[in-house]
Amino acid sequence: MSAPSGETFRERAGVALKDGELRANFRRAMDGLMGKRAAQFADADEWQRLRDLGESIRRRALSKLPDLLEQLEENLTNNGITVHWAETVEDANQIVLGILREKNAKTVVKGKSMVSEEMHLNDFLGRHGIRALEADLGEYIVQMAGETPSHIIMPAIHKNRKQIARLFKDRIDGFTYTEDAKEMTAAARAELRREFYEADAGLSGVNFAVAETGTLCLVENEGNGRMCTTVPPLHIAVTGIDKVVEKLEDVPPLFSLLTRSATGQPVTTYFNMISGPRSATDRDGPEEVHLILLDNGRTRIYADAETRRSLQCIRCGACMNHCPVYTRVGGHAYGGIYPGPIGKILTPQIDGIGQYGDLPSASSLCNACVEVCPVKIPIAQVLVRLRDEAAGHCSRPSVKESGAKKSTVQDMVWSGWKWMHENPGAYKFMSGVLTKTGNLTPAAAPLLKEWTSVRSKPKFAKKTLHQLAKEKGLADE
Amino acid sequence: MAGRAYPQKPDAVYFFGTCLVDLFYPEAGMAGIELLEREGIKVIFPQGQSCCGQPAFNSGHRDEARAVAAAQVKLFPKDIPVVLPSGSCAGMMRKHYPELFEGHALEEAAVNLSERVFELTEFLVHVAGVKLEDKGEPVRVTWHGSCHSQREMGVLDEPKSLLKQLGNVELVELQREKECCGFGGTFSVKQPEISAAMVTDKTEDIERTEAKKVVSGDCGCLMNITGALEKKNSAVSGQHIAQFILERTR
Amino acid sequence: MSSARDNILARLRKSDADGDLPGSDFSVMKEKIWGAEEKVERLIAMMSAVNTELHKTTEAGWPDLVAELLKKREIDSLLIGTNNRLMDRLQGAWRDKGDAPDIRLYDRAYEDERAEVFAAPAALTTTRGGIAETGSLIVWPDAAEPRLLSLAPPVHIALLEADRLHNTFWQAMTAEGWKDGLPTNALLISGPSKTADIEQELTYGVHGPKELIVLIIEG
Repeated sequence: MSAPSGETFRERAGVALKDGELRANFRRAMDGLMGKRAAQFADADEWQRLRDLGESIRRRALSKLPDLLEQLEENLTNNGITVHWAETVEDANQIVLGILREKNAKTVVKGKSMVSEEMHLNDFLGRHGIRALEADLGEYIVQMAGETPSHIIMPAIHKNRKQIARLFKDRIDGFTYTEDAKEMTAAARAELRREFYEADAGLSGVNFAVAETGTLCLVENEGNGRMCTTVPPLHIAVTGIDKVVEKLEDVPPLFSLLTRSATGQPVTTYFNMISGPRSATDRDGPEEVHLILLDNGRTRIYADAETRRSLQCIRCGACMNHCPVYTRVGGHAYGGIYPGPIGKILTPQIDGIGQYGDLPSASSLCNACVEVCPVKIPIAQVLVRLRDEAAGHCSRPSVKESGAKKSTVQDMVWSGWKWMHENPGAYKFMSGVLTKTGNLTPAAAPLLKEWTSVRSKPKFAKKTLHQLAKEKGLADE
Repeated sequence: MAGRAYPQKPDAVYFFGTCLVDLFYPEAGMAGIELLEREGIKVIFPQGQSCCGQPAFNSGHRDEARAVAAAQVKLFPKDIPVVLPSGSCAGMMRKHYPELFEGHALEEAAVNLSERVFELTEFLVHVAGVKLEDKGEPVRVTWHGSCHSQREMGVLDEPKSLLKQLGNVELVELQREKECCGFGGTFSVKQPEISAAMVTDKTEDIERTEAKKVVSGDCGCLMNITGALEKKNSAVSGQHIAQFILERTR
Repeated sequence: MSSARDNILARLRKSDADGDLPGSDFSVMKEKIWGAEEKVERLIAMMSAVNTELHKTTEAGWPDLVAELLKKREIDSLLIGTNNRLMDRLQGAWRDKGDAPDIRLYDRAYEDERAEVFAAPAALTTTRGGIAETGSLIVWPDAAEPRLLSLAPPVHIALLEADRLHNTFWQAMTAEGWKDGLPTNALLISGPSKTADIEQELTYGVHGPKELIVLIIEG
């Protein structure tokens, strides 16, 4: 089974938990990534100062976002890059289609872009007779399998080499079955080299869009990003409006935080800075470059100062690498485009509490993600905020479909809880009852049933600490 | 915790038991109290106390949490430390009360309280400066620190340093010491399958240490872990660090 | 009727103000400083760790070294740009070598050259400089040395002047004033292309060059 299906996170997670191979793949992969990252940030002082700087850069850019978007547009335009704005993914897809049709483009080669996943771009183009081919090896594998990425940096992390070799055997003409990674990579290189050569257009994401200079920055190891943005005559870049940074000097700190947090590398093979299409004197490069700025719910997330913090993300994946939940269920269980902790805060905000209001509760609030986020997003705080929104108890609700998980039963439970705990007399009474009768509750009772599936029943004490303290004669002042 | 300024040892402290200790592990609370009294500190236990409010706060019921938290804030007016035998509840009061009471009439009192909140081992090490003499039999133990203890209160070395003072105690570290045990309060019943997978991994980690006991500073984790150990008839038992220390040094 | 642009900007401008924001302290970016020799050694260590082949050489000696490296790989042609200094040096040094590789020039637009560019077994480029901290070459493609020279051929040989090594990326861009004028494409190249997408096993030679050879020119 490739991607767990089910209506709720709990159902999908349940399926994933039973998949021993998946769990082993993820555990091994996450352990490796955590270890590599830790080695990169061995100097605790440098780590804290660098992430403070990273946080300040992202928050500064967000605080000036509308002005920076205007400045970005102006500078990109002066550099010869055409800028388009899209409020929805439908609009963005139509813009891409329009640009491709104008050039009669039939094949697009793609660099890795999570925004293009938000757009479901490949399917959309496919329905309009245009072939979109993933060129990043992990995405290429995932596309071949008819799946979606399960991690934002390592899309095929849920697959082992046997699974990949079988895929290649089925889908690549002339591939001799081998589980050797080098040989499989060589086969992919040969296939994709042809595709780069023949493609009508290249599509990429953007890691950082620099307002000061009108520059699009791309981070990669394989070279497919450079191929997609250099070989075809047309390059289309898609990005969320939150990827803007103010100044060129803001880029190196973020780049360093990104590569070291994501895969534990001091640097990626290539850092590609695009400030224009082929100039009058250049011999190669695309003749046309377009950038599409996508909203898709980001302006709504931006509107509230607390939820705005979600937009600081530089898409490193460290949060999911360290998440005990993600490690056990993998990326597909989250249901949306972005998995892991960042997915738990973005997906409900982009796609609504109605469908994804259970995601913020799929966390023990262990804060492992908070500890490693290179730009200090207060993920746990946003998770609790989203729980408020889901329950319909937010004093200034702003999230899409706020209150969609409001439950009268839950409201009554917590009202009862409040009454019991804010009145010392009520608390004394209830705790007295529990010490005498609590242990009689059958293990199969609701809530207890879930607990006792792997644990013994909790045992109420015969006397509460209140009673013992009183008997001991402790001062009650 | 690094960077926290600790006060001189006071003559008296408040003790906030926490609801889990109150109902399920009162002996741990009494042990914590006795450890403090042994250092010559008077322990005040306001009988009106109940819960820090964290369960409601984490479940998206902020108003209910605030109402209960307000009742607690009013119980600790004196400018003396408030000691808790739980890193999780200490974290709630220390880190989240200021935000919970922002703009509220009790904001000043809540902020003042948050600055006086200490987790028990933190207090014993940095404020009381306890010196322990081990009178117990040799034993191998392992330590489990709660996520909030480690990540909200910055407490990890303190409990281990107390255990290391005990000469007959061999402390073995868990392989995945920092990984969550899967309790997470309501998480354990909202996502029971994932929680079960996490506690299963944690108990396997514990059993691999061949320790006789797992010691912890948080009763939520303890209830979760010992519950799982009992269910599989494990030879390993669990205990709150206050009880463990007190029993061996009486 | 308002455009998407108007709507997006309007919504952003109607939003909550931020609270107090932390200031940007760049001091952590200024502290990594190495001496001239240390920078070279560090670059070599960082780049070797990711399968780059590096050689120290001199202004006088590099053309012969290039010939030797290509001969060892049984490569008989080398693609270069139209950098006159390079052309003259190579043609001069190899004129009397019987078995010297053919020099091919990427001297026309890509559309006219593409088959040759993609068939070339090796290419040689200069570099603008390098970065010691991360082991990176700074390459600014231009009319003389187009972008694909350092991307399409499976072997890329790069000439790096040792005295153009910066400590860090941030220091390089601020010292050289990049914000005042970037080319259409500016690159950092830190090794041959690689991936770890198959079971996190590192393999080299994906879509970019399979081999990167750096000749560090000292004196």
